[in-house]
Amino acid sequence: MAANAPTSTQVSAIPEQGTSLWQDAWIKLRKNRLALYGLAILVLLCLVSLATPWIAPYGYEEQNLGLGATAPSLQHWLGTDIFGRDMLTRIMYGGRVSLAVGFIATAVALVIGVLWGAIAGFTGGRVDALMMRIVDILYALPFMIFIVLLMVIFGRNIFLLFFAIGAVEWLTMARIVRSQVMSLRKQEFVEAAHSLGLSQWTIIRRHIIPNTLGPVIVYTTLTIPSVMLLEAFLSFLGLGIQPPQSSWGLLINYGVETMEEYPWLLIFPGIALSLTLFALNFLGDGLRDALDPRTSKD
Amino acid sequence: MALLEVNRLKVYFQTRNGLVKAVDDVSFSVDAGETLAIVGESGSGKSVTCYSLLDLLPKPPAVIEGGTALFDGEDLLTCSTPRMRQLRGNDIAVIFQDPMTSLNPFISIGEQLIEPLIYHPDKTRIQGRKQARLRAIELLDEVGIIDPVARFDCYPHEFSGGMRQRVMIAMALINEPRLLICDEPTTALDVTIQAQILELIKKLQQTRDVAVIFISHDLGVVAGIADKVLVMCDGTIREAGDTESIFYNSQNDYTKKLLAAIPEGAKVLTNRSEPDKPLVEVRDLKTYFSDYSKAAASGGKKYIKAVDGVSLDIRRGEILGLVGESGSGKSTLGRSILQLAPTSFGTVTFDGTLLDDLNPKQTVPWRRRMQMIFQDPYASLNPRMTVYQTLSEPLLYHGLADSKSIDQQVRQLMDDVGLAYGQMRKYPHEFSGGQRQRIAIGRAIATKPELIIADEPVSALDVTIQAQILDLILDLVERHNLTMLFISHDLSVVRYISDRVMVMNKGVIIESGDTETLWANPQQEYTQRLLKAIPLADPRLERRRIASL
Repeated sequence: MAANAPTSTQVSAIPEQGTSLWQDAWIKLRKNRLALYGLAILVLLCLVSLATPWIAPYGYEEQNLGLGATAPSLQHWLGTDIFGRDMLTRIMYGGRVSLAVGFIATAVALVIGVLWGAIAGFTGGRVDALMMRIVDILYALPFMIFIVLLMVIFGRNIFLLFFAIGAVEWLTMARIVRSQVMSLRKQEFVEAAHSLGLSQWTIIRRHIIPNTLGPVIVYTTLTIPSVMLLEAFLSFLGLGIQPPQSSWGLLINYGVETMEEYPWLLIFPGIALSLTLFALNFLGDGLRDALDPRTSKD
Repeated sequence: MALLEVNRLKVYFQTRNGLVKAVDDVSFSVDAGETLAIVGESGSGKSVTCYSLLDLLPKPPAVIEGGTALFDGEDLLTCSTPRMRQLRGNDIAVIFQDPMTSLNPFISIGEQLIEPLIYHPDKTRIQGRKQARLRAIELLDEVGIIDPVARFDCYPHEFSGGMRQRVMIAMALINEPRLLICDEPTTALDVTIQAQILELIKKLQQTRDVAVIFISHDLGVVAGIADKVLVMCDGTIREAGDTESIFYNSQNDYTKKLLAAIPEGAKVLTNRSEPDKPLVEVRDLKTYFSDYSKAAASGGKKYIKAVDGVSLDIRRGEILGLVGESGSGKSTLGRSILQLAPTSFGTVTFDGTLLDDLNPKQTVPWRRRMQMIFQDPYASLNPRMTVYQTLSEPLLYHGLADSKSIDQQVRQLMDDVGLAYGQMRKYPHEFSGGQRQRIAIGRAIATKPELIIADEPVSALDVTIQAQILDLILDLVERHNLTMLFISHDLSVVRYISDRVMVMNKGVIIESGDTETLWANPQQEYTQRLLKAIPLADPRLERRRIASL
């Protein structure tokens, strides 16, 4: 390993600054082609979703009952559904909801879960016991009842949906992080940090959380798709978003019903979701490797 | 013909960074009743050599590139997998380094012991459970387990380290092997236990006439037990010969370097301590841990008394050695002084300030003045922080440097501990054990502390690296005018580095005094036993020492 040689692009006369974990990770990620493709696809999907109101060929509720369900054609690239609505448009609008739910709800779960787990695992003792019992209680609470209650109290609201899903998904994250932290906090480098006089919070932030990133990233990439499907399930029950609005999950659900007559109603939203999941998995894998300094830089 | 004849053995590893010649052209032979010691530092290929004979290496990445290993005329390197299994069960046995992890914690030791008998690969030699049990009990007795009938049904966690290693030896011997491979069998054990285990191996070898291959990095141990010695480095044999010629008449530079690196004799530096000015005063310190074991639950005592009433002074400018066997409470004492372990009773005064009264916030400025060096350089550095980040963290946190001066200060630190400045962007895993310990030492001296507590700082290192790190420590102590509490189980190291020594046993300090006085004239029986158990890296002296026990 030519670890001593300066990295290809930057040869500088000034002493090299200690790069942060993330800078190093980015250097390594750039060399991982699959992960880059994944990242590119995700960025593209997000851009399309953002621009949808301006670039969509039709309105998402524009019906053409006379047309009905038609196979892909030049006018309707991905076909139309039974109400004659353009599928491409509906998938684009659906992506807005699905991606937003996927990323925002997962981000909520990630932040709460990692902090909760890290604090519980690091503090230990009674605080840990109390925090984890809260997690247990929330686990035991039937998820549906929880969401229905939220909907009843606050009314149906897309942001509430994000929050509700996130509030459920962080539980597993907290447990994963806690078990990691429990083994980390006994390690000598954490004790060394204590003896340097670092505050608890600094130790958690600088020494504990970065070392839990591997499993956290893997679990995050698994959480995003499951969150998207959860949204579909809730919408299907009438608790999430409502037609004529759409989401990938909803489109797939309706597609399944008419799978035999109009397969394109299932196939195209299915492809959109799978593409996202593939991209996420490749990116997640790449990120995990890139964030682990033990994998070689070359 | 010898029992085992290894000829031009080559084992290569296919790694991502190319081919690594782990064992390159190694030849040796062992006869029945003979002990061959293979000596070398970590990475020298000594373990790989032996594991390749037993087909215990993961393939890939390992590839046996060439050579033969004739065991009683049969080539071990080419024999079939079932035949190898048979040989491993019957004729060749291995004792591994760590008795803590080599036994299955969920199966009683008796059951593990009779396993090779009742599931014998050779169908004709399968024994009934009763018969196997009797045989196992007999063996347990032979390796010195007291009350073997009752202990038969105990689980590994109910045995101490030394006892577990005895069980491992019994396990290795149960099928009456003709060749016994011992891979650092005493490295994880205390010095007094080590002496017992070595004696046991020697005795068993003589009564059973087995051939022994003894892998070790400890030349003292080798001097006492080996008939022949093989010195390995980087996969090749540097020197081979009978024990006396290697120790007294070595022709090889590497062997000489190994022998010279053994810490021997007294400290060379002058004692700079100021007897009337204690930096740290510890009074009647007690650190208890809650005991969750079965004995405690069934009405026994509720605490483990790790440190049980210790009073000591650490004088300004001295190196105070703290010696004890594992479980003596020496590490806990060190951590209690630094307020890293919660103390139950007693007081710690640092430079006139009572540390116990301070709340966590108030201790921060004191933390700057006292630091710790840990045993395991692999665990004591954050794997996700570069050297630069590790070294700059304490400086920035305590406000000892700003963004302008930080580069200069880190450079100075790296220079102090003998690391090249160009390596500062690297992560810990890119360094060797010795270099990592240098980084850890750099972190400890970053805040310019007055007191450093070093907890077995060289125990995990090879002997030549150990010598370098000890010299680095001595150098830094002198240059930065440090006071040090040096904790170790290795008495030779403590003698080499300390001005004063304290001996700790079962949570209390049983003896203390100036190093040389204590060495010459130990008062307590326990201290005498400890000192007598140190193996000497000199075959004649070592034999005389063993005979005198």
